[in-house]
Amino acid sequence: MSFELETAAQPAGLRRVAIDPVSRVEGHGKVTILLDADDRVHQVRLHIVEFRGFERFVQGRPYWELPVMVQRLCGICPVSHHLAAAKALDVIVGATHLTPTAEKIRRLMHYGQILQSHALHFFHLASPDLLFGFDSDAAKRNIVAVAAQYPDIARKGVLLRKFGQEVIRVTAGKRVHGTGAIPGGVNKALTREERDALQADAYTMIGWSREAVALVKRLHFANASLYNSFAAFRSNLLSLVADDGALDLYHGGLRARDAGGKLIFDHVDYHRYWDQITEEVKPWSYMKFPYLRTLGPDEGWYKVGPLVRVQNCDHIPTPLADAERREFVDFGGGTPIHATLAYHWARMIEMLFAAEEIKALLHDDDLLGDDLVVKGERQRRGVGVIEAPRGTLIHHYRINNNDQVMRANLIVSTTHNNQALNEAIRQVAKRYLDGRKLTEGLLNHIEVAIRAFDPCLSCATHALGQMPLAVDLVDAEGTCLDRLQRGSDGAVSQPLPT
Amino acid sequence: MTPPRVVVLGWGNPSRGDDALGPEFLVRAEAMAAGAPGAFEFVTDFQLQPEHATDLDGRDLALFVDASRALATPIAFTEVEPRRDATFTTHGMSPAAVLAAFRAAFGREPPAAFQLAIAGVGFELGTAMSDEAERHLVAALALFARLATTPSAAAWRRFAQSA
Repeated sequence: MSFELETAAQPAGLRRVAIDPVSRVEGHGKVTILLDADDRVHQVRLHIVEFRGFERFVQGRPYWELPVMVQRLCGICPVSHHLAAAKALDVIVGATHLTPTAEKIRRLMHYGQILQSHALHFFHLASPDLLFGFDSDAAKRNIVAVAAQYPDIARKGVLLRKFGQEVIRVTAGKRVHGTGAIPGGVNKALTREERDALQADAYTMIGWSREAVALVKRLHFANASLYNSFAAFRSNLLSLVADDGALDLYHGGLRARDAGGKLIFDHVDYHRYWDQITEEVKPWSYMKFPYLRTLGPDEGWYKVGPLVRVQNCDHIPTPLADAERREFVDFGGGTPIHATLAYHWARMIEMLFAAEEIKALLHDDDLLGDDLVVKGERQRRGVGVIEAPRGTLIHHYRINNNDQVMRANLIVSTTHNNQALNEAIRQVAKRYLDGRKLTEGLLNHIEVAIRAFDPCLSCATHALGQMPLAVDLVDAEGTCLDRLQRGSDGAVSQPLPT
Repeated sequence: MTPPRVVVLGWGNPSRGDDALGPEFLVRAEAMAAGAPGAFEFVTDFQLQPEHATDLDGRDLALFVDASRALATPIAFTEVEPRRDATFTTHGMSPAAVLAAFRAAFGREPPAAFQLAIAGVGFELGTAMSDEAERHLVAALALFARLATTPSAAAWRRFAQSA
């Protein structure tokens, strides 16, 4: 099956545009567009390097090393990998239920990660596009420009990040390479001093998160026609939900809805996720395309992440975030919102939820307990699923008799969103690029659509001087006709004449 | 409590070959600085991010250390100024952008800051640091030994100008 604009009918003779790498997105990805002589778009594809190398990397390692090792997958959400691996290993060591102290410390760690990740995305990544516009001067579309014009936003973004990192530090033991979650529980509780120090700032974080929701709503309402239609596409929805249908980013069962909001399945035990989800391989992409098994690859692809989660749940168990969720759902008029730019609004609702959860947990004395680890009957296979900042994250391991990892399978949120990301950029290409001369501003529209998903394109290196953006126009013979490039200092140049 | 006067920030992924240069530099430099307790603070991370602006607060000097693919020499030591640029990604910020974020967050000038770039050649997942990078790291640590004896902006500026 090939979707519209996935594969050109007659690729010979078309010009190829490559956006490589996609800037302001974690890791490296590439967008290729095939255009004819009249600049009509015939094919659009997003290429992302996946984590298969990492799955081989962990084979043969002792299983107890996994919660620390997997953090090296991603420098942006290491805590999500840390916790997903620990949850899988809970199964391996037979820990069917954690102690209240262990589970609450893990939850606190996770919501610290959600808070700081969502703050980074909105305040420092998306806000330049949203506040200045997609077509604005490229030099202005960065956080420093936001800071100059909206200094309070930049300051709160920095301090929200800092608070989230501090929550992670006290729960994981260290700011990076944390060891807090271990198979069957955690290795430390909070001290009263640590808890009290975080409590002092928790209310401020809730206040700032409420302001962020208000800001993103204002932006959405101010340009509703654009926000509702930009890169919009209908798809199925997938996320975890709690037993009572509530939003729960740490644990739950799998729930899927169709594009109209009708349940496809509900409260499915994720330990056998493969009964519901399988993956398709396409020859042009390193990354697989997951879909719901019962619907097949043509109809069964779905999206994950904040936009899905706040609509897939029945309620949010914290009052301020739930009030915002109700307003969001009402805005959709009874059916799911599929507007890609609504990811930003939903993400801020989740940030508010995370701030409220952190505050509530910090008032729970279980955080100070000393019953940290449980164990039970040893298993050979373990699956851990968590709702990471970007969406559903699956870790699946098989262990041999020598306690070594025999096989690992990771399905990260960006893989779940593979088809959705491709759909989003095809919508943008059709609407904004078709028949028009390419400009940096137009190409930024592609990036705006990608950034709304907050994809994690594998944690490649980030050495100094390594992040240029180059756009090449290449004819059918491979000759470069034109080039637009953004250097590591952000400067845009056109080294070849048009 | 007054924070140490000098903060050294090094970042990278220890599991990706020469990307480990930043964290490894910090490990060895911290051991070298053990004889001067309270003078230096060492901060390591996977990526340079906006919140690192808060690590600059109350310092006289900041040193940013990272692997580089763009160097023609084993190491490069330069002064960094706050700068608006478009390098910001969720993947990480440039030192210049972190200094600018400090200015935005605190409404005042950041401390004098310098960047020590160390040339790396291989960045594949699961590979060890290359022999070439190890040699470059030794050169970087030799420079740090000299910097550590004169922790002032004026002295470091002279080092940068003579490099």
